[in-house]
Amino acid sequence: MNITRIGSVAAIAIASTLVLASCAGASEGGEGSSDLTGTLIGAGASSQQSAQEAWVVGFQTANPDVTVEYDPIGSGGGRETFIGGGSQFAGSDRAFKAEEIAEDNFASCVAGTGILEIPAYISPIAVIFNLDGIDSLNMDGATIAGIFAGEITNWSDDAIAAQNEGVELPDLAITAVHRADDSGTTANFTDYLAAVAPDVWTVGVIETWPTEYGGEAAPQTSGVIDAVTNGTGTIGYADASRAGDLGTVAVKVGDEYVPYSPEAAAAIIDASPREEGRGDTDIAIAIDRSSSAPNVYPIVLVSYLIACNEYAEGAPVELVKAYLSYVISAEGQALAAESAGSAPISEALFTEAQAAIDAIK
Amino acid sequence: MSSPAAKLRPKSAQRPGDRVFSASALTAGSLILAILAAVAGFLILEGIPGVLADPNDVSIFDDGVDFVSFVIPLIFGTLWAAALALVMAMPVALGIALFISHYAPRKLAAGLGYTIDLLAAVPSVVFGLWGANVLAPMIQPAYTWLAENLGFIPLFAGPASGTGRTILTAAIVLAVMVLPIITAISREVFLQTPRLYEEAALALGATRWEVIRTVVLPFGRPGVISGAMLGLGRALGETMAVAMVLSGSGIINFDLISSVNPTTIAANVALRFPEAYGINVNVLIATGLILFAITLVVNSIARYIVNRRKEFSGAN
Repeated sequence: MNITRIGSVAAIAIASTLVLASCAGASEGGEGSSDLTGTLIGAGASSQQSAQEAWVVGFQTANPDVTVEYDPIGSGGGRETFIGGGSQFAGSDRAFKAEEIAEDNFASCVAGTGILEIPAYISPIAVIFNLDGIDSLNMDGATIAGIFAGEITNWSDDAIAAQNEGVELPDLAITAVHRADDSGTTANFTDYLAAVAPDVWTVGVIETWPTEYGGEAAPQTSGVIDAVTNGTGTIGYADASRAGDLGTVAVKVGDEYVPYSPEAAAAIIDASPREEGRGDTDIAIAIDRSSSAPNVYPIVLVSYLIACNEYAEGAPVELVKAYLSYVISAEGQALAAESAGSAPISEALFTEAQAAIDAIK
Repeated sequence: MSSPAAKLRPKSAQRPGDRVFSASALTAGSLILAILAAVAGFLILEGIPGVLADPNDVSIFDDGVDFVSFVIPLIFGTLWAAALALVMAMPVALGIALFISHYAPRKLAAGLGYTIDLLAAVPSVVFGLWGANVLAPMIQPAYTWLAENLGFIPLFAGPASGTGRTILTAAIVLAVMVLPIITAISREVFLQTPRLYEEAALALGATRWEVIRTVVLPFGRPGVISGAMLGLGRALGETMAVAMVLSGSGIINFDLISSVNPTTIAANVALRFPEAYGINVNVLIATGLILFAITLVVNSIARYIVNRRKEFSGAN
């Protein structure tokens, strides 16, 4: 009787992959090059799910004979499916590592041609808290790390008070809420903490929360939001589009405190260097979390779209090109911003990504 | 058992109805065995690679954790949450069952019986939502009070959770979920207490409470125990409600009210499965195999207790 539960989890996962294909969207078709036909299959990060659903609807409206399926099985599963040739493109919260690309075992691609990776989905992660009458607090990375590592345990702690003069902080215990499930949000958040406060946050980048740091676990983004909303003196991190009325933290960058905004989130990508040793079309960003550039918000989740540079015989190459072009277009990015609260990619990144997509064979 | 049946068989006439019914009953009986075997086979085949996997290949393990140290806290959490739920549910369930069978006026008893049964029909996801969004915030001040005033008791050591999503909250939700199962079975058993025994006790001058203590409870004990074990089975395997209510991590502690709680096997699988890939899936299935074994052991123990007590209770 207990085992059927596992089955039901799997069943839910399968059911949720059935993207509503024939939903007639109201939006006007883009380029209208509707001579495309066929089916395009992608799989990967669940962080992209709502954006992908919007893109699929938008793309299929413009190209009625095309079916695009995106299976949100998770980043790891998406990368594995792509390697195994089960999908034509993958969504992943991290780029393939250089050594993984060097193994060159992508079943869909022509050997030796490498892969294309575009940071097409940029989503700011807000640090949210629930304190009566306080909408915004200033914190530097070390303070946030201290709170989530369980070292700063009270809201009236000097570390917080010193950065928030004039704000009356209550003498209240802090409950730090983190994700109970393995999540790219956690990975990107801890990547920030590890980069800016390595002395405090000593476990590096993690997806599964370390037991020794304690704190409260809640499932999925909505679970974290609920836990923070319903608790007292709670703080958590979640997709910024879901922050709602909760208080948010302005993060210290350089000498300034920057509240999250789509523009600031997109700006960090432009302010960050590329990972070294990558091909021309492999736009893997080494996000500079400790950047001191003006008006950048460093806690962002970047999710990649991954495709082949050169597909093996019989793959729907034109479809891949058209879909990826649609995703990174101003229209596609605006759609994602509207439906998933992501930050549209910058002009410079768009130009480069478009060139990479145009080169797909 | 088989010998009297064998003797009887030649005498009884075999009409088509008999054959059809015995064949369909046989099919139904063997089907359940086949299903169980299929599930066990799936769990073993898929789980063994997870047990044997090199810990370095399994990304859901923390550093230095192997399968055994991964699964032991989960086993503890599963048993701990279920035991807490049972401890809370048992007295209430017995009280309700006795009230319905022996105290309540007949009309009220019927209505109350329906209400309790209705509780069993509430989907667990609803219990989960209620537990996480209503019960937890409501009970949180009590945890703060417990931590401040009874903190010297290890169970309430704290620091109190700021959201109330603790193992105790999860156990309360589980207790509410298993309540109807235990109540329904206990009530049925209590109602079957032979009238003569009860009247005999009353004739000897026993009060209502003494009748219950000396006649009804001993008579109903095996039924109550099997009810409790069925409830325990549900509590052990409950997934959604625990996953939604409990703030769990892979640790062992007895603190009932802090943010850091042990989690259960089922909830852990539900939370981890969506993002799991490769060997991680096998590891999760292996934990499912262990849960399967735990419920098997629990049910066997229950069966053993019921069989042992049966002769002394007069329930046969």
